[in-house]
Amino acid sequence: MNPLTLLRLSLRVLARNKARGLLTVLGIVIGVAAVIAMVALGTGAQQNIAQQIASLGSNLIVLMPSSNNIGGVRGGGGSMTTLTVDDVDAVKRDVSLVADIAPTNRTNAQVVAGDANWSTSVTGTTPSYYRIRDWQPAAGSVHTELDEAARNKACVIGQTVAKQLFGTDDPVGQTIRIRRMPFRVLGVLAAKGQSPMGGDQDDVVLIPFQTYRQRIAGPQKDNVQFTYASTAQADDTPFAVEEIRAMLRQRHKLREDQEDDVAVRNLQDMANASREVADSMTLLLGSIAGVSLLVGGIGIMNTMLVSVTERTREIGIRMAVGAKSRDILVQFLVEAVVLALIGGAIGVFLGWAAAELLSDTTGWTTVFDPKAAALAFLVSAGVGVFFGFWPARRAAQLDPIEALRYE
Amino acid sequence: MDAVVPPVIEARDLTKIYASGDARVVALGGVTLQVQRGEFVAVVGASGSGKSTFMNLIGLLDRPTGGQLFLDGVDAARLQPDQRATLRNRKLGFVFQGFNLLRRTSALENVELPMLYAGLGAGERHRRAVAALQAVGLGNRLDHLPNQLSGGQQQRVAIARALVNRPALLLADEPTGNLDSATSREILRLFVDLNQDQGITVVMVTHETDVAAVAQRVVQFRDGHVVHDGPPPADWQPAIDRDARGEAA
Repeated sequence: MNPLTLLRLSLRVLARNKARGLLTVLGIVIGVAAVIAMVALGTGAQQNIAQQIASLGSNLIVLMPSSNNIGGVRGGGGSMTTLTVDDVDAVKRDVSLVADIAPTNRTNAQVVAGDANWSTSVTGTTPSYYRIRDWQPAAGSVHTELDEAARNKACVIGQTVAKQLFGTDDPVGQTIRIRRMPFRVLGVLAAKGQSPMGGDQDDVVLIPFQTYRQRIAGPQKDNVQFTYASTAQADDTPFAVEEIRAMLRQRHKLREDQEDDVAVRNLQDMANASREVADSMTLLLGSIAGVSLLVGGIGIMNTMLVSVTERTREIGIRMAVGAKSRDILVQFLVEAVVLALIGGAIGVFLGWAAAELLSDTTGWTTVFDPKAAALAFLVSAGVGVFFGFWPARRAAQLDPIEALRYE
Repeated sequence: MDAVVPPVIEARDLTKIYASGDARVVALGGVTLQVQRGEFVAVVGASGSGKSTFMNLIGLLDRPTGGQLFLDGVDAARLQPDQRATLRNRKLGFVFQGFNLLRRTSALENVELPMLYAGLGAGERHRRAVAALQAVGLGNRLDHLPNQLSGGQQQRVAIARALVNRPALLLADEPTGNLDSATSREILRLFVDLNQDQGITVVMVTHETDVAAVAQRVVQFRDGHVVHDGPPPADWQPAIDRDARGEAA
C-alpha cells in the first residue's frame, strides 16, 4: 500500500472513535504542551537575562561579603560584615583596573512626605553609583561629591517612590522625612523597571554614602553590604575580579585553605549562575514531560491492543485476500504514529497557547521556538513507533484462520 | 491441451494432524484429489469430517502436516506465511458464509482490497472494482456500506471481491448458509453462470444436498477421508436447474 492510502485509511479508522483517540493521546498532549510551554518560558527568561546584562554593562563587578568561618560556624552569604569601607577605599586606590566603585548600604525605612508615607529601601551610595549603573535623573539632578563631603541630607528618589509620595506633583525641591530626619529631594531617577530577580528597581531612595554612615547605619557604620565596581574595558573585568579577590584575601589575612570572605563576581558569572538555575528547571520540567510522554505512549499501546482485538476479523479478512504480515504491521504502526502525531500537534498548539497566556497574565517573556515544536513532533512520532510496535506485531502474527473465525 | 494445463488443485496424500500434548487428532488422513480447470465441485461432509481442514489447506490458510499440494501448478505445501499470502492474493478468491466484508467500508473499497495488496494503482483498482460490481449486478450500489445492503447483495460484493484479481480458483465456504432460499438460488445461479460462461473453477463447501447437487461433481468427506467422489447422487434434488439460463444476476 502506498503511504497516502495508508494515511487515509488510518485517519478514517481513527475518526470512527474520536473520543477514544483523544483520551488516548492526552498523555502525549500534556507532555508535548509542557515541553513547548517550558521551552518558551526558558528561552524568554534567558533572553531577558541577556538583555539585562547588556543593559547593566558587561564591565560590571559586584563585591558582597560572603560566608565567614569563625571557629567552624559558617554564616550565610550577605549577612556578614567582612567587607568594610576601608576595603572599598583600598580597592579604589590600589586596583588600577577599577575605574569606578560605589559602596552601597541599604535598609528598609518608612519615608514620609506631607501626609503620604511609604515603606521603601533607603540606600546610601556614592555618586559613582549613577555612572556605574548608567542611571540618569528624569527630573532634577543626582547627588555629588560635595553632598558626600558635607554629609548633606539630600536624596534622589525612584519613580515608584515619587508616585507614592507625591502623586503627580513635582517632587524636586520638596522635603521628605526618613526616620524623622528631613531630606531634600534633588531629583527623580528614570524608570528602570524590574530587576533580574524580579524586584521593583524604582522603589528606592538614594542618599549620600557618608550621610547614610552617619545618620542611618548605626553601630555598623564601617561595614559595606554591597559594592558595585566597573572597569574601563569589558575585557578587563576577569583580571580586575582576580586582583580584587587577591587583595582582599591579603587584607583579611586569609590562609591558603580558607574560603574567600568576600564574593567578587562579574556579571557574566551571575548570568551563568542564573542560567544554571534555568537549566535545572528545564531538566526538571523536561523529566515531567518525559514521564508524561511515557504514560502517553503506554496509553497508545493500550488503545492499539484493544483495537487489534476488536478488529481481529478485519485482520483475518485482509490476510485472506492477500495481506502479508508486513502489510498488517505497517497498517497498525501507521495508525499508532498518526495517533501520536495528532497528540503532538494538539500539544504543540496548547503549549504555545499556554505560553502566550502566561506572558499575557504575568508579563513574563516567552519565546515560541519552532525547533522545539519540530522536535516535540518528532518525539511524538517516535513514541508512536515505539509503543505501537508491539500491538502491531501482535496483529501481524495472528493466524488467518483464527482471525477469520473470531467473533 | 489438457495435458499442458495443470490441474487447479492437485493434492497427493495430503494429511493434517493436530498434536496437543500426547493427543494426536488426525483431521485429514491422506487425501489425493485433483480439480481440473473449469470444474464446479461441491465438498460435503458432517462437521469434523475434515472438509473444513481440506478447505483451509487448499485455501492456503494453513499448512499441511504431510503430502503434496499443487495450486495451479505451484508447489504450495511448504510455503512461508508471506508466500502463501501472495499466492492467495493471485490465485484464490474466497467467499464466506458470513460474507466477511469490511464494515464501514463501501462496496467499492471492499472489492478494491485484494488489488490494494496486489499493488495495483488507484485508477486501475477503481476501474476493475466497478467492472466487477457491475458483473454481479451491483453497478448502482458502489458506495453503499455493507449494512446498507441485503444479505444477497453483500454476498455479491464478496463474490466481486473474490473474482477481481482473476483467480484460478473460487473457494466458497457455505456461501448460501446465511441466506434465505430465494436469495440462495440467486447466488447459486451466479456461481453456475460464472462457471459455465467464464470457465471459473469453483470449489464450494456445503452441507445441504440441494446446494451440492448444483455442482457437476461432489466430494464427500468422512473422518478425514474422501468417501465419495463423483457426480451428485441421483436422489439429490438440485436447488436450481443448471442448464436454465439465469434470469437473476
